[in-house]
Amino acid sequence: MTAYYLILAGVILAMAFHGLMTRANLLRKLMALNIFTSAVFLFLVALARMAEPLDPIPHAMVLTGIVVTVSTTAVGLVLLLKLYRRTGSLTLQSADDD
Amino acid sequence: MVLFDLILGLLLVVLVQKCLSVTDLFGAVISFMAFGLLMAVAWVRLEAPDIALAEAAIGSGLTGALLFSTLGRLPHSEARQPIASRTVGSGPGYWLAAGFWWVSIMLLSVAFFLSLLELQAPGLGGYLQERLSESGVLNPVTAVLLNFRSLDTVMEIAVLLLAVAVVWSLGTVGWPAKQKLSLPLLVGLVRLLTPVFLLVAFSLLWRGNHAPGGAFPSGAVLAAASILLLLAGKTIRIYPLTMFWLRWVLAAGLLVFVLAGMSLMFAGYGFLVYPEQWAGTMILIIEVSAGVSIGAMLMALYIGGEPDFHAG
Repeated sequence: MTAYYLILAGVILAMAFHGLMTRANLLRKLMALNIFTSAVFLFLVALARMAEPLDPIPHAMVLTGIVVTVSTTAVGLVLLLKLYRRTGSLTLQSADDD
Repeated sequence: MVLFDLILGLLLVVLVQKCLSVTDLFGAVISFMAFGLLMAVAWVRLEAPDIALAEAAIGSGLTGALLFSTLGRLPHSEARQPIASRTVGSGPGYWLAAGFWWVSIMLLSVAFFLSLLELQAPGLGGYLQERLSESGVLNPVTAVLLNFRSLDTVMEIAVLLLAVAVVWSLGTVGWPAKQKLSLPLLVGLVRLLTPVFLLVAFSLLWRGNHAPGGAFPSGAVLAAASILLLLAGKTIRIYPLTMFWLRWVLAAGLLVFVLAGMSLMFAGYGFLVYPEQWAGTMILIIEVSAGVSIGAMLMALYIGGEPDFHAG
């Protein structure tokens, strides 16, 4: 059962990384980053579940990670709004795009 | 129960796919929140109720609120714009790169899986259980967060405070925030729910030392209550003196934590090494101040800028 969650974490990680790399929209990139961290947490907690007795230390690490992810997302969103107000676009444009 | 796990995993994968490829941003944010809530179910299945609480409250709820408030500040056309096909790569180079990381991640997963079948994962659960009585609390996760690895938690609160400082330094928000929609039902509901929210926050805080809960879910519930109040059009007037106190509340969690650590150091114990008979009390004081402060910080992140009371 736990091995199933490990594989699930791998699949979600790959999908999120794919999204992070290929989507141009920055809001979507931020969501992909959030899903990416969720997949890493899933991997850690599934590993903790395999230990006997249950290992609560990865749980504490993941709790810390969730809060750090929220901080990152909040700062990212504010920067994104600032970028939108300045350029009117939600994507980063390279110089040869214009 | 195997069937349940299979369906859960399938739903999670579908939601990730929807979130990253659904046509408009609004739909993507909805899928993201649904993903967060289903992840909370996955945490329960993996016997991690502490993470389930935090994920439901912070990872899905507050992040969702942050994403929605950002969408609300963008023009309607942007939130409803279909995904541009140009932004999704094509051509042999793209498929080569995409194929490469997909295959490598799959191979990594399989390698992990195969090695884990043989590896005995000892974990630190046994050691933790032996020394749990020294920590002053009964919930092992709280013991790790606030006693054995409390330095991590100090840093985590510092990161949150730093995020608030960055967000506030990037601009101001007119205050009191104008609420465009007027929903009489929401106002009535919020009036009924606010005391319940406060009770739940307090209960989570108190439970933290013997059961899943603690400062982080409790702070998130506090922040959720204040976001609802804000959405219902109930705002506090802010004056220079309020700002002064607000800054202290924001910093209180970190300040109390560091002061506790320093005073222990001067008493000859070392930074955040609690003497056994005082551990429970000190953890309680730190948790209460951190809970209130985390609530205020998450709320400040939601507002998305320093409140400018001259504009209101």
